[in-house]
Amino acid sequence: MRTIKADNITKAVADLTLKANCSLRSDLLGLIKSAYKKETNKKAQAALGAIIKNARIARQEKLAICQDTGLPLVFVEAGQNVKVLGDFRKAVMKGIALGYKAANFRKSIVYDPILRGKPVYEGAIIHTDIVKGERLKITVMPKGFGCENKSQLKMFLPTASIEEIKDFVIQAVKKAGPDACPPYIVGVGIGGAADYASLLAKKALLRSLYIPTLKLEKDLLKAINALSIGPMGLGGRTTCLAVNVETYPTHIAGLPVAVNISCHALRSASITL
Amino acid sequence: MLSGIMYTARDQAHKRLIEAVKKGKRLPFDLRGQVIYYCGPTGTPKGKVIGSCGPTTSSRMDAFTPILLKKGLRGMIGKGRRSKETIAAIKKYKSVYFLAPAGCGALLAKLVKESCLVAYRDLGPEQILKLEVKDFPLVVGIDSRGNNIYKEEY
Repeated sequence: MRTIKADNITKAVADLTLKANCSLRSDLLGLIKSAYKKETNKKAQAALGAIIKNARIARQEKLAICQDTGLPLVFVEAGQNVKVLGDFRKAVMKGIALGYKAANFRKSIVYDPILRGKPVYEGAIIHTDIVKGERLKITVMPKGFGCENKSQLKMFLPTASIEEIKDFVIQAVKKAGPDACPPYIVGVGIGGAADYASLLAKKALLRSLYIPTLKLEKDLLKAINALSIGPMGLGGRTTCLAVNVETYPTHIAGLPVAVNISCHALRSASITL
Repeated sequence: MLSGIMYTARDQAHKRLIEAVKKGKRLPFDLRGQVIYYCGPTGTPKGKVIGSCGPTTSSRMDAFTPILLKKGLRGMIGKGRRSKETIAAIKKYKSVYFLAPAGCGALLAKLVKESCLVAYRDLGPEQILKLEVKDFPLVVGIDSRGNNIYKEEY
């Protein structure tokens, strides 16, 4: 059994909030730079150029990449042989609040979803998986809501074709159109149940963006880029930078499919303690 | 490139402005001839004028926009599509809707020269700020004749 102090978790989480919000993921920046080189539409290229410049300023000046510093989602892979000394949940929440406060990130959370009220820092969502081993992997993903609002879930019939699933994903992006900060990164969750498909779609965004592994990912990427929404919605060949699909076993009576769209400022950072 | 004065306002500030208009109360700033920027910036880091301050999704303000245009608002800056009603109002009141580079809040922060609180401090990031900007890189989304850069409305 390995022990980790709650204070160390707090510090790690606080550091991750800064890294995630100010330093664009290297895999994503690589894709944006390569899209910039390949883009033939002048307006689209200028928009991509602004995104690259923005990433540089954010990193150098420790400014948030986007003012929407999001709803912080925390993904934890907790080794079953790890013992936390102290209150784990409190440690994570404290780390988020500390990091956000220190960097003056935006308070984008309302404590009561119905009454709303003055925005606060508290309200991060923690997803925990128990895994083998004695390490603790923590990922912080500040998710902006311009794109989160474009999420979709559909419970397909088990007899649905792959073409119907593709069409659902493509239509979700088409519906988002120019509004959710394209070029997009699209996470798709197929299988599980309604809740789990949504989680898979979100987790898909955490995977490396470089190489499509499934034919479905390649097909979707091509079809979405054919929509020609383009950066800032001004046309061009760069509507989507990557499509990541995650699957899981499901029930014989159903086929849940969830789509989680990320804006071009997909932010996440991880650490293994 | 746009230089000059603009006022930030997003969802909750719009809701309050509209309530004030409906009740016939005085607005916290004179809308006539002014530009509203749909933006809720991060907090201001030490030694800086403003934090990251990119545009938010404009369509969420569509229900309120025609009333503000009627009251003399001249322009809006945001991101994404507008509703049919908003486009019609832009045309009617000869206004203009600009698109700012979305998700580029750090870059835009460098172009804000001054920032001061105007109203609704209790709304936190949704308070109304008066900004003075220099060379804001904008694209005309909808012009005063109702021409739309996007093929469809929201």
